[in-house]
Amino acid sequence: MSNRHDVAVLGVGMHPWGKWGRNFVEYGIEAAHTALSDAGLQWRDVGFVAGADTIRNGYPGFIAGATMSQALGWKGNRIASCYAACASGAQALSIARSQILAGFCDVALVVGADTTPKGFFAPVGGDRPDDPDWLRFRLLGATNPTYFALYARRRMEMYGATQEDFAKVKAKNSRHGLTNPNARYHKEFTVEDVMSSAIVADPLHLLDICATSDGGAAVILSSMEYAKQHTTNPVRIAAISTATPTYPQTVIEMPNFSTDSAAAVGLPDRPFRDSIAWGAYEEAGLGPDDIDLAEVYDLSSALELDWY
Amino acid sequence: MSTKTRVPAIEGWFTADEQHPALLGTRCTACGSYFFPRETYFCKNPDCLGRDFEEVELSRTGTVWSFTNNCFEPPAPYMAPDPFVPYTIAAVQLEAEQMVVLGQVVPGFDPADLHAGMEVELVLDTLYEDDEHEYLVWKWNPIGATAGAATATAATEASR
Repeated sequence: MSNRHDVAVLGVGMHPWGKWGRNFVEYGIEAAHTALSDAGLQWRDVGFVAGADTIRNGYPGFIAGATMSQALGWKGNRIASCYAACASGAQALSIARSQILAGFCDVALVVGADTTPKGFFAPVGGDRPDDPDWLRFRLLGATNPTYFALYARRRMEMYGATQEDFAKVKAKNSRHGLTNPNARYHKEFTVEDVMSSAIVADPLHLLDICATSDGGAAVILSSMEYAKQHTTNPVRIAAISTATPTYPQTVIEMPNFSTDSAAAVGLPDRPFRDSIAWGAYEEAGLGPDDIDLAEVYDLSSALELDWY
Repeated sequence: MSTKTRVPAIEGWFTADEQHPALLGTRCTACGSYFFPRETYFCKNPDCLGRDFEEVELSRTGTVWSFTNNCFEPPAPYMAPDPFVPYTIAAVQLEAEQMVVLGQVVPGFDPADLHAGMEVELVLDTLYEDDEHEYLVWKWNPIGATAGAATATAATEASR
């Protein structure tokens, strides 16, 4: 089954995740070279670069599309740079797909890389009392795990989930990562390991929360026509869903102090999470019954369960 | 008794009435949507072109939607005491406004003392201080609950 929104994935590449202490551009370029090699293409074949931004690496991070293109060698291709926090990669993929489907290019490179400090993420520096991201640290001391933990505790209060349930998610994921040379950890964490790690934000333990990492990833996308000239059975992207919530969003979202008010406007037909999956199914012309495998990731073990 | 001057940690987010403080939000005069912190430019309802807002005091009580704590010192601009003291945070559902508002819980309450649906009221409490001032912020105070009660109960049960 195919539709007119399909694009092909010709190659993928990744720089291993860890604490390497090098410039983020190196991780991105290594991933891009691996993806090009995987696709059997040259940098000269790429007509468009979508860069997923990082806000932790200064100006080069804000203009990732240009930074990566310059590092690979200027050759006059078009670029885009986009920031969507942890969804920057999906957003960059969506932009590249649009360029291909609009007919502006045949082959696009999507690339993102980052370096992260140890410990809690902090807001951008300086005294900025009109920035909600700055204010939530100042007035509440609300870190990112604060929000992850509010969802986790809500799940426990509503549905009787336990900290052991959350720990099992981490144990499962660490098992899957064991044989992946790019994985952040090559250690099989047990439920007991998770349960005996420090509580960061009750009910979440340190090992329930995403580890900060350095690394990079890249994907080579192409039009279906181009792909058919290079391979017999290309992997296709049938849908990318990157929608906002619908007002009123009544689940608290980082970095906000409050939810929207549902006093004057009724709740949307579908809550935010459901609407994202709905959008993907609708675009692909597929339904849950057509799916054999779901690879699910979120920022805490408990959040992963919220998607199921 | 402290002789420091008590001042709000941020202007215009809550009333200075220490006995019965209230969060200050706004309400769109066209569609009736509430906003906190105050919205004064454009209504966030996608079907509303409202640009006029009235200041409103939000409900002083609500029910706990969820809660957590922070066991490690967060980065600046949080003004952490030295040594760092962990604190509890609650997300509280306000009935009239149909919205959830975050706030620290008054000192002494652990997550073990809280549960979803518990009634809380708004109070003003010290967020941080310097030599001359105590900087105040809103916090949620559980109604009819005792700080550390869960820990005390657990200790009692363990000793039986």
